Amino acid sequence: MPSKIGDMRRWTAARYGAAPWHLLALLACFAVAGYAAGRAAAAGILIGFLVWFVGAAIVHDLVLYPLYSLTDVAARRRPWHRGRARTGPAGRATNYVRVPAALSGLLLLMWFPLILGLSEDGYRRSTGLDTSPYLGRWLLVTGVLFAGSALAYVIRHRWKPYRDQRRESHGERHREQRARPR
Amino acid sequence: MFRCAAGVGFGVIRMSDQPSTGDDHHGHEPTSQAGPGAVRAGRDSLTWLNEHPPPGPFRPEFWRSPLRGPWLTSMLGLVLLFGITILAITGLVSYAAYDPRLPGNDTTPDSGLLAFYLFDWPTRPVWLYRFTQGVHVVLGLTLVPVLLAKLWSVIPKLFVWPPACSVAQAVERASLLLLVGGAVFEFVTGIMNIQLFYAFPFSFYPAHLYGAWIFLAAFVVHVAFKLPRMVRSLRSRSLFSELRTGLDATRPEPPDPDGLVPARPADPTMSRRGLLGLVGGASLMTFGLSVGQTLDGPLRQTALLAPHGRDYGPGPNDFQVNKAASEIGIDPAATGPAWGLELAGPTPARLDRAELLAMPLHTYVLPIACVEGWSTEQTWTGVRLADLARLAGAVPGSWYVVVRSLQRRGAFGRAALSAEQVADPRSLLALRVNGADLSLDHGFPARIIVPNAPGVHNTKWVRKLTFRPARSG
Repeated sequence: MPSKIGDMRRWTAARYGAAPWHLLALLACFAVAGYAAGRAAAAGILIGFLVWFVGAAIVHDLVLYPLYSLTDVAARRRPWHRGRARTGPAGRATNYVRVPAALSGLLLLMWFPLILGLSEDGYRRSTGLDTSPYLGRWLLVTGVLFAGSALAYVIRHRWKPYRDQRRESHGERHREQRARPR
Repeated sequence: MFRCAAGVGFGVIRMSDQPSTGDDHHGHEPTSQAGPGAVRAGRDSLTWLNEHPPPGPFRPEFWRSPLRGPWLTSMLGLVLLFGITILAITGLVSYAAYDPRLPGNDTTPDSGLLAFYLFDWPTRPVWLYRFTQGVHVVLGLTLVPVLLAKLWSVIPKLFVWPPACSVAQAVERASLLLLVGGAVFEFVTGIMNIQLFYAFPFSFYPAHLYGAWIFLAAFVVHVAFKLPRMVRSLRSRSLFSELRTGLDATRPEPPDPDGLVPARPADPTMSRRGLLGLVGGASLMTFGLSVGQTLDGPLRQTALLAPHGRDYGPGPNDFQVNKAASEIGIDPAATGPAWGLELAGPTPARLDRAELLAMPLHTYVLPIACVEGWSTEQTWTGVRLADLARLAGAVPGSWYVVVRSLQRRGAFGRAALSAEQVADPRSLLALRVNGADLSLDHGFPARIIVPNAPGVHNTKWVRKLTFRPARSG
């Protein structure tokens, strides 16, 4: 028996490129997925379902990802600062824009039907309210994020270096005095 | 798992079709075996193709981020492993909470074998559905940044060249379409549904359920394949020391067999700690702006970006509405003095609101929790369903009830409640809430409130209760 199993392993490795359990696991996966897709067909929604299912992967990988990464690259290139090194304090400043922009963009991505009023009909039918506050709320959160980031920048890169400088000049004197007894 | 040897990739299937050379000891790396001379010319051009990827993202040098690497991907994967497991369990529980085995309750009647696990939904603890569905929705929202970061961390693999080194890799990559498509599909349909944004060409329930099963099939296999690598990668670096490493000391991870670590890394503009902080902070933000819709009291107002955390005012009826009367075709005249509750059973009856108010009334504090994740606790006063069952000649505990609403449009104008739900003393036909008559939007003249039932089963504007013996009883 072991030799037969060994033969089988070698055979799948040769023809298939991985161990037999790899193939079995994937076959089970496709069987379950196929069955679920069959249920969607029985519910009469298969075409729309498949279009959205495959479309979801395509839209993320080939639209959303390129969009946000190109935005990021373009923003970091900053044509008005061409040629300057992007590391150091100037390069670090970009993160103080990048982070609040990313967070605000994430909220817009998740809640754009409410923020832009696209789900007005369904929302009114359900809650009896309209979607009008959401744009203001998103702008408020965005404002708070950018303001908080600006504050953090000032504290860390404008105030702290100044404080550190003062501390260092104090500290040097102390160290000089302490260094002698050692 | 897959590392293309030189000259392997395109044409692998053709090469595999060639008879084995009989070199058994080479059997473990078969795809590098040379085919017979007849196909050599063709194979040479394929070799050339394999070694010359198209420009752009298909070339390893295209990917520059020094933070991409197996450790980072594994950290994000670890969070998703736990998070998605909880999403899956709470989601499947929600299907059971609808008691789909009762007549007319199943929103996915074609689910077949996928309904294998269903069980009778209990009426206690009363907060159970509030908890599980609140977790399902709020955790789902919280995991969006983690999912996006995980997909970002592995995106170079989408463009790996050659596209497959072996049949095994080709099949596994096909399963990744189910994984990525399924994950994005489930998050997108869920997040659109809670915003009442029905732009998709299908009903939410079957699509979200069947999409979940396709996704879970791919998810389980993906975890099985990647778990050892994840554990190894997590051990390769210490989270604690990463969290103490600033931008200046941030270096790319050592080259990995999967090619996640860039061949030509750029200077880092953010530390690994910074990236994890951004993802964690984003999760905390989406959580903080939405969790309020599952809470009562002043904290509810923190749900600034959640569809169902709105303030209706200070009155007894000023809590979250789902399905507004005017918008769903409730004729105010039908809820006026002419309204009467019809009881169908062995001894049919008709009761107007005054007669109902003259029956023994009971008051319970019960949560109402919706599939869309929001919930709120209110004080309900009304007639016990068990008392109405007896009035109709039914036996509480062994008869179930079909509740019908005046509602003309939209879903859930009808819902069946199990014998156990009918028998629970806290299951009410509520007439009042927080000491005041129900408002029209909350179901005047009478609505159902059943402990631990999903919100849509707490039918509003009830016009008829039909008691039937349960099949098992």
